[in-house]
Amino acid sequence: MSNLVILPILIPLLAGAMLVFWRKRLSVVRVITQLITMISLLVSSYIAYIIFQSGPIILETGGWMAPYGIILVGDGLSIALVLTTNIIAVAASFYAPGSLDKGREEHYFYTFFLILIAGVSGAFLTGDIFNLFVFFEVLLMASYGMIVLGGTKQQLRESIKYVLLNLFSSILFVITVSFLYSVTGTINMAQLSERVGQINQDGILTTIAIMFFVVFATKGALFPLYFWMPHAYIKPPAVISALFGALLTKVGVYSILRVFTLIFIGNIDYTHTLFIFLAGLTLIFGVLGALSTNNIKLIIAYNIIPAIGFMIMGIGVYTDLSIAGTVYYLVHDMIIKAALFLIVGAVAIVAGTSDLRKISGLIAHYPLLGWLFFIACITLAGIPPFSGFIGKLLLLKSAFATGHYVIAGIGLITSLLILISVIRIFVQGFWGERMTLPTGKPSITPLYIPISFLLFFSIVLGVGAEWFLPYVQQIGVDLMNPSGYVDAVLKE
Amino acid sequence: MEILMSILAGILFATGVYLLLQRQLLKIIFGTALLSHGAHLFILTMGKLNRGDPPILVEGIDEYVDPLPQALILTSIVISFGVTSFLLVLAYRAYRTNRTDNMEHLRGNDHE
Repeated sequence: MSNLVILPILIPLLAGAMLVFWRKRLSVVRVITQLITMISLLVSSYIAYIIFQSGPIILETGGWMAPYGIILVGDGLSIALVLTTNIIAVAASFYAPGSLDKGREEHYFYTFFLILIAGVSGAFLTGDIFNLFVFFEVLLMASYGMIVLGGTKQQLRESIKYVLLNLFSSILFVITVSFLYSVTGTINMAQLSERVGQINQDGILTTIAIMFFVVFATKGALFPLYFWMPHAYIKPPAVISALFGALLTKVGVYSILRVFTLIFIGNIDYTHTLFIFLAGLTLIFGVLGALSTNNIKLIIAYNIIPAIGFMIMGIGVYTDLSIAGTVYYLVHDMIIKAALFLIVGAVAIVAGTSDLRKISGLIAHYPLLGWLFFIACITLAGIPPFSGFIGKLLLLKSAFATGHYVIAGIGLITSLLILISVIRIFVQGFWGERMTLPTGKPSITPLYIPISFLLFFSIVLGVGAEWFLPYVQQIGVDLMNPSGYVDAVLKE
Repeated sequence: MEILMSILAGILFATGVYLLLQRQLLKIIFGTALLSHGAHLFILTMGKLNRGDPPILVEGIDEYVDPLPQALILTSIVISFGVTSFLLVLAYRAYRTNRTDNMEHLRGNDHE
């Protein structure tokens, strides 16, 4: 039974490796990828069902008992995020054939894509801090492959910065892990949680905690470490941007969430106050970036940053409710960011440009695309009854309840500014004078399916909030009581 | 022995960071390579270098070197080896396409 949790990693990894051999037979490769992502989605739904029925699943690889071997842990948080990852993977695998050119598809796009999914799922499921680093590298390697795919001038230019920055933060990650190992003598997260509680060395442990935070904040694009992100994310084609925007930064947020609810909870006054402070700045600077540009892809890429700010704010407030809000917002944001990138990619395909000043009146040509974008916009900004609203409600409610009025105020104002930044695309690009399309009227019907698929989940998540809230609140309670996780892993 | 190793790691970090701040792409890549070597030596000092026998499963050995840091280093070396070789190829290709290896010229502007 416990072998189940390795399947979300194993299925895409093996399939990705297998697809290398058929690179010229694109039709086969596409169908296999779509099948694999759907199988993976079904499998992870089944695992999620089991976990929510009967508690965490622990896999001790090779039969080595928990503190010694490499372990995989599927608890509520992990499996919720793995499930979301697989939903996005299904959408991306159906969007890719209609939007990528033949060269990119033939040069192993699908292999990189599946390995990326395997890496992301692995990072969510691992229960060992060094393996978190390894899975980070797996997903980063796949993303390095994807970001240079096609090899245009701008892509190469931005990918160098992207690779260098991620390489630097990975080195810092290794150093921090070894610091932690020298202080505690273990790299198993559950055992770390125990030992960090026992050792009374606040100074060195807080230093290590902040080093971890710097590493994950770099990967998660938090203020002031977000400068590399927007441009690197928009240069590749839309489907790759969507995968990056939806998955990569969220792995950083997940790591912060995991590490700072499980391991470093000794000095909350210091670390979590810092989080709230940085979350406020992240919200402000991210949304200012989104307002400052006329490039539609860049607007969406900048909108990733305030979303990260909301999540970190939830971690900083640190109550049952705020952690639940963070988890809810995380799931919502992964889906909606992927959907927005896919829609904007479709807009760029039909308009032939991503400069907002040259696009107008698209709704006359593509009414469905326009209304899908409108729904995505108001979901992003958090207008009820869509999914953004519930997450924000939980976060703001907990911030008000604990007296963090300034950050809650910043959050409210930022939500309004986010709405302005995206609705601008709708007003200028879709309304207004009917433009003549430069490339005739390309058919984007195959692209509607994955976009609607993602928006469907987004709407279900908002309208059916009552079904999901108990689970999310349970995750919040579990994360606030790390002893449950520790006991499950170490079997005490 | 640990002190010596720490100093060596420190020198590698310092040179690595210095090279990382250069403009020429190749120097930056050498900088990252030195940084990762420094990190690996650093992990080695964490597990105590010289404490006893190799960690081999034989009866009666109770003084042995901690095997975990070595396993970590091995993994980390493989990863940094892969990334560095990728980075070299990427830098060469970027140089061929953009006709420059100077980071100042690789800035770019917004609306492309």
